[in-house]
Amino acid sequence: MNDITLTREEREAKLEGLGCRRKRVEDIRFTQGKGNYVDDLKLPGMLHGDFVRSPYAHARIKSINKDAALKVPGVLAVLTAEDLKGVNLAWMPTLAGDVQMVLADGKVLFQGQEVAFVVATDRYAADDGVVAVDVEYEALPVLIDPFKALEPDAPVLREDIKDKMDGAHGPRRHPNHIFEWTVGDKELTDAAFSKAEVAIKELISYQRVHPSPLETCQCVCSFDKIKGELTIWGTFQAPHVIRTVVALIAKLPEQKIHVISPDIGGGFGNKVGAYPGYICAAVASIVTGKPVKWVEDRIENLTATSFARDYHMTAEIAATKEGKVTALRVHVLADHGAFDACADPSKWPAGFFNIVTGSYDFPTAYVSVDGIYTNKAPGGVAYRCSFRVTEAAYCIERAMDILAQKLGMDPAELRMKNFIKPEQFPYHSALGWEYDSGDYQTALNKALETVKYEDLRKEQAAKREAFRRGETREIMGVGVCFFTEIVGAGPSKNCDILGIAMFDSCEIRLHPTGAGIARMGTKSQGQGHETTYAQIIASEIGIPAEDITVEEGNTDTAPYGLGTYGSRSTPVAGAAIATAARKIKAKAQMIAAYRLEVHEDDLEWDVDGFRVKGLPEKFMSMKDICWAAYNSVPPGMEPGLEAVSYYDPPNMTYPFGAYVCVMDIDVDTGVYKVRRFYALDDCGTRINPMIIEGQVHGGLTEAFAIAMGQEIRYDETGNVLTGSFMDFFLPTAMETPHWETDYTVTPSPHHPIGAKGVGESPNVGGVPAFSNAVNDAFSFLGSTHIQMPHDFWRNWQAAKRLGVTG
Amino acid sequence: MTTPQIGKIHVTMTVNGTQVDGLVEPRLLLVHFIRENLQLTGTHIGCETSHCGACTVDLDGMSVKSCTVFAVQVDGANIMTIEGMANADGTLSALQEGFRMMHGLQCGFCTPGMIMRAHRLLKENPNPNEEEIRFGISGNLCRCTGYQNIVKAIQYAAAKLNGTEFKEAAE
Ligand code: FES
Ligand code: FES
Repeated sequence: MNDITLTREEREAKLEGLGCRRKRVEDIRFTQGKGNYVDDLKLPGMLHGDFVRSPYAHARIKSINKDAALKVPGVLAVLTAEDLKGVNLAWMPTLAGDVQMVLADGKVLFQGQEVAFVVATDRYAADDGVVAVDVEYEALPVLIDPFKALEPDAPVLREDIKDKMDGAHGPRRHPNHIFEWTVGDKELTDAAFSKAEVAIKELISYQRVHPSPLETCQCVCSFDKIKGELTIWGTFQAPHVIRTVVALIAKLPEQKIHVISPDIGGGFGNKVGAYPGYICAAVASIVTGKPVKWVEDRIENLTATSFARDYHMTAEIAATKEGKVTALRVHVLADHGAFDACADPSKWPAGFFNIVTGSYDFPTAYVSVDGIYTNKAPGGVAYRCSFRVTEAAYCIERAMDILAQKLGMDPAELRMKNFIKPEQFPYHSALGWEYDSGDYQTALNKALETVKYEDLRKEQAAKREAFRRGETREIMGVGVCFFTEIVGAGPSKNCDILGIAMFDSCEIRLHPTGAGIARMGTKSQGQGHETTYAQIIASEIGIPAEDITVEEGNTDTAPYGLGTYGSRSTPVAGAAIATAARKIKAKAQMIAAYRLEVHEDDLEWDVDGFRVKGLPEKFMSMKDICWAAYNSVPPGMEPGLEAVSYYDPPNMTYPFGAYVCVMDIDVDTGVYKVRRFYALDDCGTRINPMIIEGQVHGGLTEAFAIAMGQEIRYDETGNVLTGSFMDFFLPTAMETPHWETDYTVTPSPHHPIGAKGVGESPNVGGVPAFSNAVNDAFSFLGSTHIQMPHDFWRNWQAAKRLGVTG
Repeated sequence: MTTPQIGKIHVTMTVNGTQVDGLVEPRLLLVHFIRENLQLTGTHIGCETSHCGACTVDLDGMSVKSCTVFAVQVDGANIMTIEGMANADGTLSALQEGFRMMHGLQCGFCTPGMIMRAHRLLKENPNPNEEEIRFGISGNLCRCTGYQNIVKAIQYAAAKLNGTEFKEAAE
């Protein structure tokens, strides 16, 4: 039964399993323009919805007059908060335990806030209607600077909760205060600082940015009045969560809600949350009895849905004179905008920021985070990030450089000296995490050798001398970053979203002819799940990847899952696949034993089937077992070959990496050139190296954008200054540097296939590498920290401040 | 209520080799005409402000961002969209194959515009070097790939069209 003409290697290669640079299944349709994105959907009688948005950052609404809008040809309805109150939907709960206005109720709290929803026969008519809605505002004092939010006379933003001083995460101490979150041992940490030989302290800000996937947020809602069923097609990274949210807030039976995420044009965290557009489109469909489409335009996307970061971190490190760190203390002022709509696991108001001890063995640490309201858009999404890990990695990696500078020590050497050592894993961090595995020394050494680090430092020293002698106007920076991530949220003991544990799921069904389908609770937005998930199955049960269809994004057919974000697909869903496949394999082994007339224990697995130990010619392939599963199973066994697995991870996974960036900056123009960027990633077992490298390229490009130019900026009256791609920096192929990728492999000991996840690592590690390069370039002129983003203008400003240019 | 047919204009054009026509408002953008009237949804919208290039189509031998052109402006024109890119026998064209082989796409949202731009680029310059490719596609944004493999995809296609060998792997 075995194809004896093939060698073992050939049989393995045919599977295209783990480690194969398998070409993507998705590309066949995407390269032909046959993807199926939300805006491609056109249903009979479909209407279009569009928002009237606030031009003010803070204002009272005196009146809304719809009359003129309702006379516009094609306009069928204009919804306001008053209308939504009738169905109890003027406000909605956020994932962070706050409430958020769906449509402005009495006042507006940020520029671009949704005020009214116009429903019309086509998108042009809806736009006409938007212009015709007459809203009268009374401007109120605006709060933009987060450092002024808690001043006694600061304007009170959230009048709805101004007297409610116990928030979702404990007591609030000011009407603009959302929560204080603390972790670690304060006393021990303070004591370590009081006897520290050396200490540094710096305000390190991570500016407000935006994920801006190329496709904006959008949905089509269709309510079937006869059946009482609501179908929503949307750009949802977590379709099941959306279904549950809709069931809870719209009070519809959950089985009558069908959520479908078709192909998604990038997500990066932008498409995790529930936005007013979804609610309004659903209500509009219920009201009109017609399908309603809502498609955000780019300006709306940048100004109203889901910023990221806006973390202002005061970091302190205590150390010995020899450079051994003894304590870390960080206070964060977290600007959450007008509503706390952060997409974090419920019990984690500052996400996993307590990974801020990074890759280093801190004996003690203490972190406090104050979340505050300002007149900015809500959001706080994990933009290519596992819940504030990006901020944490930036904070510690910048702070370590600042400490190195103070000690007069090389930053790579300081890191090496303080690394958690391989024998310390599983490592318990001072802030409560259990790191699963790592070999940091090996990774950093490999990186330093590859880039010839010592030569770079020599060259830099020579250049600095030349600069001092006036022979060059260029300064050189070498940015080193060694990050440790925490991904794969997460274990039910500490991670949930709205009370739902953050497991993930897989159902595999094998057909008689040896092909099959895997249905998943996650949702790819470009990560290539249809390709890589099948590879895991191929290696586990010996069915070629090309014979497995992977289906995601349909809540009716897929088992419940928590979705794709925070690099959780491989650590959680990837594990669910492996465990489901192993259930199938166990049954397959029984069938094979029955058919080969031996005891199960006499069988051994061999690439794509079972073989009788010691009798190589007695073999039954998985393909044949599939057939047998449908016609001759052992007596008493149910026919069929399928399995479902819900995987509750025992721990997070902790990918890590060593990045080096070499940069030259002209002090008279601020123009920088990225000479080299080297990224070594350790994401454990590598499923598809081609896709991993692609993820790293993409994440590094986003990191480059953030570090070197990206920012959502407001003026003091709350106007968004970066509302289009004209002002909001997205690098083109021209600016984007060349990326060098590399790897080490330290499998996760608790993951069924040892994989850790990689999607966000390059973003987490890339930003500090770039920023450290810029700061390293300027450091010899007496600067300790320059705030991001490091665009030409800011570099030039820094040079001016340091007195080296006019 | 029905929308009154005020001031609609009749347009005719050739799209992917087929003659099409429509009665359109003067303000209708070409991208909406293509996507909604013709139901050719491979041409995407990423910004509507001429920055992202997701809406790029080939118009009378030029790459054009169809979100910045009115349908009435292209009366009589010859347009090619991503749906017209595959080979006559239905197989992937050199560029489409190059994008797949070199992992030049992830979410696929920029891909149709990127391929249409690359198509014109290779007509203008059949053998571009990396810098020329990077400059040539700088009107098209990609949020996923970091461009490195897109450059390779275009080099792959150029080699295939020129009958030379392209050895490099996606990285
Ligand atoms: S949609 Fe046309 S350039 Fe972005
Ligand atoms: S592949 Fe997603 S934007 Fe280019």
